[in-house]
Amino acid sequence: MTDLKRTPLYTAHSALGAKLVDFGGWEMPVQYTGILEEHNAVRNAVGIFDVSHMGEVTAKGPNALKFIQNLVTNDVGKAVDGQCVYSPMCNENAGIVDDLLVYRKAADNIYIVVNASNTDKDFAWMQKNSMGAELENISEKTGEIALQGPKAQVTLQKITDFDLSTIKFFRFAEIIVASATALVSRTGYTGEDGFEIYAAAEDMEKIWNALMDAGKEFSIKPCGLGARDTLRLEAGLMLYGNDITDDVTPYEAPLRWTVKPDKGDFIGKQKLLATPPKRKIVGFELLEKAVPRHGNDVFVNGEKFDLVTSGTFSPSLKKPIGFCFVPADITDDSKVEIKIRDKFYPAKTCSHRFYKRL
Amino acid sequence: MKFTKEHEWVNIKGEVAFVGISDYAQKALGDIVSLDLPKVGSTVKQGQSLGVVDSMKASSEIYSPLSGEVLEVNNELDANPQWVNESPQEKGWMAKLKPTNVSELDGLMSEEEYKKYLEGLSK
Repeated sequence: MTDLKRTPLYTAHSALGAKLVDFGGWEMPVQYTGILEEHNAVRNAVGIFDVSHMGEVTAKGPNALKFIQNLVTNDVGKAVDGQCVYSPMCNENAGIVDDLLVYRKAADNIYIVVNASNTDKDFAWMQKNSMGAELENISEKTGEIALQGPKAQVTLQKITDFDLSTIKFFRFAEIIVASATALVSRTGYTGEDGFEIYAAAEDMEKIWNALMDAGKEFSIKPCGLGARDTLRLEAGLMLYGNDITDDVTPYEAPLRWTVKPDKGDFIGKQKLLATPPKRKIVGFELLEKAVPRHGNDVFVNGEKFDLVTSGTFSPSLKKPIGFCFVPADITDDSKVEIKIRDKFYPAKTCSHRFYKRL
Repeated sequence: MKFTKEHEWVNIKGEVAFVGISDYAQKALGDIVSLDLPKVGSTVKQGQSLGVVDSMKASSEIYSPLSGEVLEVNNELDANPQWVNESPQEKGWMAKLKPTNVSELDGLMSEEEYKKYLEGLSK
């Protein structure tokens, strides 16, 4: 385990009794008190996640906008300064290299957040396609905390003078949090209201402790990757490596909404537009009690078609759910079968957005 | 109560044997959400699969500590899978068997021996 990377909050996790696992080469907490308890804390109050393993890249200079517009499928040109844009970035075959959050500080100052397991791959890809933009991989000196749940705002408000109600959904601001400079966005991976807070690695422990303290009155819970997965699955959010990979296009994934062909050219555009998908990712609900997981076979009309990409037991809906590939022309509410170990379980297809915030 | 290396326990009460998983096992699995228990009337050999227990993190096979016929399974675990976490050796019992060879228990660990075995695992 000694070769695994550790975030600036490793000591905090150990002190809280976290169960640590290897996640993409990082020693990360999978749970503290339990996945169900942590999941419910986020849905009902407030949970705090260390996501410092995520990567951050800056793109600056007069070619920054041109670079990002060519790199991703979504339209950063239409975004205003202070707005976040979620987008996949594709290779020439329209396969997804990674999905990212693009923070437009200005047309010549873009902040990009990438998945932890893809940071090196993404940065190399960006450098290869830089179009003259000034790129810097600032991942090692940057940490990130996610604060999620209905009580996230009141918690964070206790440690900043900035009026957080002015930061709208998918907007961000650079403010002082617990006496540290931080980039704070109203974004997240849980389907609840909440914030993602980026700051210098050396300030992470201070911010974490301040938030744990501020959140005490709301019963704040530290949450691990286990709860992170159940929350995002319920919310209908894709996980790179599970649901989307470089063998999956944004049309096969439920990401057509992120593709804006009118904005101009981008890597993979030609292939993407020219290739009607033969399969698509949908949500499903298992009709008998078992737990579906990534890699289970999906049978359509008695024949093996493809695989489950993500599966779990939904703590909020109290039933087994997941995402899987089905034929592109299948309608909602179709019956399929999921093979778990040696048994076939009936399942019903549905929207991948299982959970709607109350 | 006797224990297996795979963290199942068996408790003989008169002519029947109650079977479940140990406290160590439920801790390792985390929140239990569903179980796949055997059919009543089926027979099982010692060491053979007695079903599966699903937790949020993983699914784990349950191996029968002894050979016998399945007389009853704990159907209440369907609505209350968390009993396996809360009370793994009592309320969370999984199956009731009619043992065919009680001497099989001689090869299993006593509570003391199991405690020592667990200490050895954590080293």
